[in-house]
Amino acid sequence: MRELRIHGRGGQGSVTAAELIAVAAFEGGVFAQAFPAFGVERRGAPVQAFVRFDDKKIRKRSQVYEPDYIIVQDSTLIKDVNVFQGVRKGGIVIVNTEKKPDYKVPEGVKLITIDATSIALKVLGLPITNTTLMGAFAAASGEIKFSALENALKHRFRGELADKNIAAAKQAFDTVKGVV
Amino acid sequence: MGLAVGCRAKPGKARDNRTGSWRVFKPSFDRGKCTKCGMCMTLCPEGCIHQTEEEFVEPDYTYCKGCGICAEECPGEAIAMKQEEK
Amino acid sequence: MMEITEGSHAIAKIVARCRPQVVSAYPITPQTHIVEALADYVADCKLDADYITVENEMSALSACIGASAAGSRVYSATTSQGLALMFEACFNAAGMRLPIIMSIANRALGAPLSIWNDQQDSISLRDSGWLQFYAEDNQEATDMHIIAYKVAEDHSVLLPVFVCFDGFILSHTYEPVDMLPQEDVDKYLPKFTPYEKLDAEDPISFGMYATPEYYHEFRYEIDRAAKRAADVYRAAAKDFAGMFGRDYSGLIEEYRMEDAETAIVAMGSICGTIKDAIDEMRDAGKKVGLVRIRVFRPFPDKEIAQALAKTKRVAVLDKNISLGSKGAVALEVKDAMYGKTIPVLNYILGLGGRDVRKRDIAAIVALAEKGEGDMFYGLRKEVL
Repeated sequence: MRELRIHGRGGQGSVTAAELIAVAAFEGGVFAQAFPAFGVERRGAPVQAFVRFDDKKIRKRSQVYEPDYIIVQDSTLIKDVNVFQGVRKGGIVIVNTEKKPDYKVPEGVKLITIDATSIALKVLGLPITNTTLMGAFAAASGEIKFSALENALKHRFRGELADKNIAAAKQAFDTVKGVV
Repeated sequence: MGLAVGCRAKPGKARDNRTGSWRVFKPSFDRGKCTKCGMCMTLCPEGCIHQTEEEFVEPDYTYCKGCGICAEECPGEAIAMKQEEK
Repeated sequence: MMEITEGSHAIAKIVARCRPQVVSAYPITPQTHIVEALADYVADCKLDADYITVENEMSALSACIGASAAGSRVYSATTSQGLALMFEACFNAAGMRLPIIMSIANRALGAPLSIWNDQQDSISLRDSGWLQFYAEDNQEATDMHIIAYKVAEDHSVLLPVFVCFDGFILSHTYEPVDMLPQEDVDKYLPKFTPYEKLDAEDPISFGMYATPEYYHEFRYEIDRAAKRAADVYRAAAKDFAGMFGRDYSGLIEEYRMEDAETAIVAMGSICGTIKDAIDEMRDAGKKVGLVRIRVFRPFPDKEIAQALAKTKRVAVLDKNISLGSKGAVALEVKDAMYGKTIPVLNYILGLGGRDVRKRDIAAIVALAEKGEGDMFYGLRKEVL
């Protein structure tokens, strides 16, 4: 079983990201489970969402404490929340930031930074980074195919909105593919 | 015979309770004073007062329990409660 | 067909395929997504039903009572404070013998206010006459709604059912669910035939006044119907298994109970985590098993006593507390085990959304082995 934990702030679409990653993973033939951390539902408050991937049915229902993958939607969270807690050796951390990191991830963990906010602003016209980071996750983890992600986005969003989100995800996918 | 499922009942079950036997005071109706307004009919808690063909009112003494609400409410004071001789 | 979808949406979809004629509910977290989806289906003419909007849960269930008495297949959903507000109407629905199905996205009761999961809400209505089914995952939660209609509407039962699943933990989780298509649901679930119904041409009253000469016997009849529901449930679930391959016919489910020395008894989604924990403990040589209570009302006391008969100790996990006493499940398990010398230990856990992990299950088994129980597990001593 592989596990993903997404850190974000209320309104950034962390829960939607978890859902769509699970939908895309399911299309790829694995059993996926996505759920939110059920925090206080307030814009700006730190939130978490989780995804599990496995070849067999997933029975476990507790939250994710030892993730293989972490997505940090907002680097300002790193000061407030121990976002890297419990990450497994060999794991991957994706942080949305335009800056050089002034923090350290645990040993044996791969850090990928991407300026998802700029991509989202340019492509979507909104600073909502969830779909962009999903593209980055697809490239970094290999858990989901980009085509499956595209289908999940098409299913969730309509028309131009779907196209824009796919374009943002694609840009992040290609950027990260270039570095991994 | 079993109980009705969910304590359900057809209308009219209350007719089994012949409340006339409870009566101590009996209303008597004075047709000379009665204006046929129907107030007694409306307010009778047993719903046992009905109109005759000449539109005068008449209680069904099988169910009239002698509460006296009709006499209290009658605007023409046409109803008097009299102790019943049993 | 296998679909990956949110638990709430899966339930809404399957409920719609059960063809309810009247839906009345009031939105409350974490149940809202279910009734939102059903309201959409009705508005979009995808579900031929009346959706009665109301000002609160008491009215929602009251509308359901009226509609069910009028001969409709009826559905509602609620949780926590909403269910508490329905308290009076719950007893009426059962007493009038109306086969209403209501989803309970289990949530804690205030005060203090909590929107998170435990099972205090439905457990607190254990005496109301509603049958209570508890699902472990979203597959079971959806399937149970179909079975629930079959059981409730059986003329030898005629009782309403809570289909319970843990709020957020199941209601808000995306996972694959095999959704029975409309034709399959239609094949399994016949049209609702009311035993009696409100009819202006042939009037009848429901839930009349019962004097002391009758009330006692009416309660006896409701209790008998609830107990008869056990066999009706088994048969309905067997039919379901025969047609669709998923077998829920046990009122309890036993997991690795063969030769188990320590048995865990629990209900709901926590049982998935428990099963994973048991596999790990078994790998480490510990003989641990699980008895999952699927049907809490009627209570399967004989099945439980039999399943636990050869164990050395029993750890009952309650996501509820009968304050001033013990967890409701533990009380009933103790009753089922009366006269036996096997210790039954109670652990209150996971209240108000406190997460329960595999290591918590292992810790509880270790406590049970030491004979330590009848406690709130995992108290944060530093805040007391």
